[in-house]
Amino acid sequence: MQACTECDTHRGDSMIHLEFIDRARSTQTVPVVCMHCEQPTCAEVCPADAIKRSGDGIVQSARKPRCIACGNCVVACPFGVPEVYEDRQIMMKCDMCYDRTSVGKKPMCATVCPSQALFFGTRDQIAQLRPRSAPVNQFQFGRQTISTRVFMMMPADTVTSRPYVDVTAAMAEQPRQRAIRLEPVSADPFAEVEV
Amino acid sequence: MATIPVDPLKIIEQFGPHRSAPSGLRLSTSTEPERLVKTHCCFCGQQCGLQLKVRDNQVIGFEPWEDFPFNRGMLCPKGVKRYLQGVHPDRLTMALRRDQTSPHGFSSMPYDDAIARVSSEIARIQQTYGHSAMGVLSGASLTTEKTYLMGKFARVCLRTPYIDYNGRLCMVSAGAANKKAFGIDRTTNPWSDMVGTDVIWIAGSNVAECSPITTNYVWQARELGARIIVQDPRITPVARTCDLYLPVKPGRDAALFAGVLQVMIEHDWLDHDFIDTWTVGFEDVAAYCRQWPVARTAEVTGVPERSIRQAAEWWGTAKTSFLFHARGIEHHSNGVQNALGTINLVLATGRIGKPKSGYGTITGQANGQGGREHGQKCDQLPGWRDISNPDHRRHIAAIWDIDEKDLPGPGVDAYELFRKIDAGEIKGLLSICFNPKVSLPDNTFITRALEKLEFYTAIDFFLNDTARHADIVLPGSLQEEDEGTVTQVEGRVIKINKAVDPPGEARQDWRIIQDIARTLGRPHGFTFTSPREVFEELRRASKGGVADYSGITYEKIEQQMGVFWPCYSDDPQTGQPVDHAGTPRLFERGSYNPVARGSGPFYFADGKARFNVADHRPAVDDVSEEYPLFLTTGRVVSQFLSGTQTRRIGPLVQQYPEPRIEMHPRLAEKLGIGDGDWATAETRRGAITLRAMVVTTIRPDTIFIPYHWPGDKSANRLTVAAQDPISKIPQYKVCGCRVGKADRAPGYAAMLEPQQ
Repeated sequence: MQACTECDTHRGDSMIHLEFIDRARSTQTVPVVCMHCEQPTCAEVCPADAIKRSGDGIVQSARKPRCIACGNCVVACPFGVPEVYEDRQIMMKCDMCYDRTSVGKKPMCATVCPSQALFFGTRDQIAQLRPRSAPVNQFQFGRQTISTRVFMMMPADTVTSRPYVDVTAAMAEQPRQRAIRLEPVSADPFAEVEV
Repeated sequence: MATIPVDPLKIIEQFGPHRSAPSGLRLSTSTEPERLVKTHCCFCGQQCGLQLKVRDNQVIGFEPWEDFPFNRGMLCPKGVKRYLQGVHPDRLTMALRRDQTSPHGFSSMPYDDAIARVSSEIARIQQTYGHSAMGVLSGASLTTEKTYLMGKFARVCLRTPYIDYNGRLCMVSAGAANKKAFGIDRTTNPWSDMVGTDVIWIAGSNVAECSPITTNYVWQARELGARIIVQDPRITPVARTCDLYLPVKPGRDAALFAGVLQVMIEHDWLDHDFIDTWTVGFEDVAAYCRQWPVARTAEVTGVPERSIRQAAEWWGTAKTSFLFHARGIEHHSNGVQNALGTINLVLATGRIGKPKSGYGTITGQANGQGGREHGQKCDQLPGWRDISNPDHRRHIAAIWDIDEKDLPGPGVDAYELFRKIDAGEIKGLLSICFNPKVSLPDNTFITRALEKLEFYTAIDFFLNDTARHADIVLPGSLQEEDEGTVTQVEGRVIKINKAVDPPGEARQDWRIIQDIARTLGRPHGFTFTSPREVFEELRRASKGGVADYSGITYEKIEQQMGVFWPCYSDDPQTGQPVDHAGTPRLFERGSYNPVARGSGPFYFADGKARFNVADHRPAVDDVSEEYPLFLTTGRVVSQFLSGTQTRRIGPLVQQYPEPRIEMHPRLAEKLGIGDGDWATAETRRGAITLRAMVVTTIRPDTIFIPYHWPGDKSANRLTVAAQDPISKIPQYKVCGCRVGKADRAPGYAAMLEPQQ
């Protein structure tokens, strides 16, 4: 996120978000980049047709001459990515560092990410780096299924049976079986500690 | 008397810390840099390669350096934002003198006048009280050239034994343990060896926050099947995804290692061939471990029996492994024993000196490795030589062209140096790259000692918290304003390259030191014209020492993207000149080193490694009825050490603005404290009031406070000045403490910004 603010097209503003899932219970964080949907909901709901997808599948920030800053895209995006910048009256979002990727560089976030939780590269490269995981780009939001250009790495054995991430299931009060588990340390490691 | 001249709020008003934000050229989206300078981050010991964008003598941004092999473009938030430390409103561009009549406590003065004043005061103090009345404090964030020069300056120019450095708070427990066990003090393998190993044991290291790039190596190893064991009182980010978490009570690490080794001995998970052939001392260690059956170990350490057994089994039966530790086990009055405990686990399995099997400490500061090798330590001479060894003294005296009799003997550690100031033995102090008012334990005492100095000179680029006591502040250089080498975590010597010139009357630090020497009328040995010249002398001085840099050149560093020491100019076996590439991996079987001379891979005359009994001793000021909780301290990812730089970088301050007291919800409930409430932590030294952060990721009997802040927010107001008897490292990681809900916000909350 700190690196995203260094990009030449939007210096000072980060186009990606970094969230603690639930800091009270875990140090787990998750970076939220634009998933670059094949049928972008943000573009579908845009009344001004301001959001365009380029030939290589990258969903761009709103086009300035068209954007009316209504915020439909903000509400509609299932991943919570776009933001409207009130001072500029425009929606801006992650465009996969178009200025970098269009000249053969990697996006800034994935270049600097010290744990490589964000990775930019080929299928072959990631297959070597993450042999026990498989890429998934189908996300289930209730009855809506979304395919994206950005892939999420899932444990390989779960992917063979059902190659999608059921996002709403993970959000349920009582998560169903496929919910993403928050704490890999399953038992309370401090259960025996007295205070 | 080095007292603070005016109300600190008045000093802060002028000198900060203020937060920098990108502006001007740095915010422009259309400005192209004039050039990219390949160099390294100025902060931690990972020393990530990066490129600085330079225009109009300003660093205006950065570009990843993907070819540098260690980090391949990766950076943490500090590396990304480090460029914002330049062209800063707080930057010192003139020399300052203490001036109580000035509204902000200091007046600027011409550089040459300041040097003259410093020199005349040093001369006066030394004429009045003797050479030893001057003390020098130096730092491990300096280039190796500067650390070498500081050691030489203290001994040759000031002729005082009293120099020490802030690596005393950082690297010395590991260093002393390595010396005792291996005869050499360096991580054994390049980090790339970690990928493909069976087991990684992380003992007391918050890898993701303190050495972020290492996370990728750990996680990559895990993807390829490595099991990760993490030993920590907190579930740090790297512990969150580990395979076995050992929730050790603060201050019980040596007991845990002994207990694990005892299980390994009981199951005969040992490499007897290796132990018999390449080590000495195992029997004594085995005898000691018999006192640590698993039940007792569990009781003392707070780690469940099943976890101790599991750790022993995974560690004992692995084919390859990596163990590394950091300040979590080193910052103890038992720090050397703790580090020796890890080494015993490594030696018992024979998994060292091989691909995919290694051991090491994760260095803290930029030059945590190089800074502990070349003579700024109180007992050390360049090349990792011993200032008490007559041969070593003669060698260095010859290089320095002085009479060996004029070379002072060993001094004292940095904390003891303050005790000597307090006792009136040391009257004058010169400090660089050290902010002890924030970084030393029980810092109320440090303040008291500083106030007793007759004359205090600080060299820095910002007016750090300690420098507010100074009589004269000399404007030094930022890392990007000079060149030189540092040695990063793997033992790889790398090159820092200059990007911009120092502003105004600020000078490169080595020039300032030489200006003082010249003005004192003692220029002999201080007439270098470039860091390269210093490095050339350092090469000669280190030759024949264990930390042998004689074969390293700036050109070789550039060609090879770093050179692992020892790197010889003459083959130690034949004595013939050699083009040596360096030594990426230590202790390989059949390797030759100049100490063992072919008798074995370790750096002792018999070539064998040493087991050492690693004794568990209770912490000083441990928990008690009166102070029932453990206090432990550490870092957050967006801040660095005493925060002189990072508390001035706006986006980093924003990421974690102020220290908080981390505590478990069960403890918080018992104390009636909610998340975000003001709470007071109190020890026998003092009390501070901070907001509570209630999280399940810490032992319920322990609280954690990050230490980057000064004054009323300073964790080191609470910590105890107990030190390891061998390494003299302070016991930052444990002391008894109590916590209560505060009935009101502390006074500073309304007056100070988060970073102040």
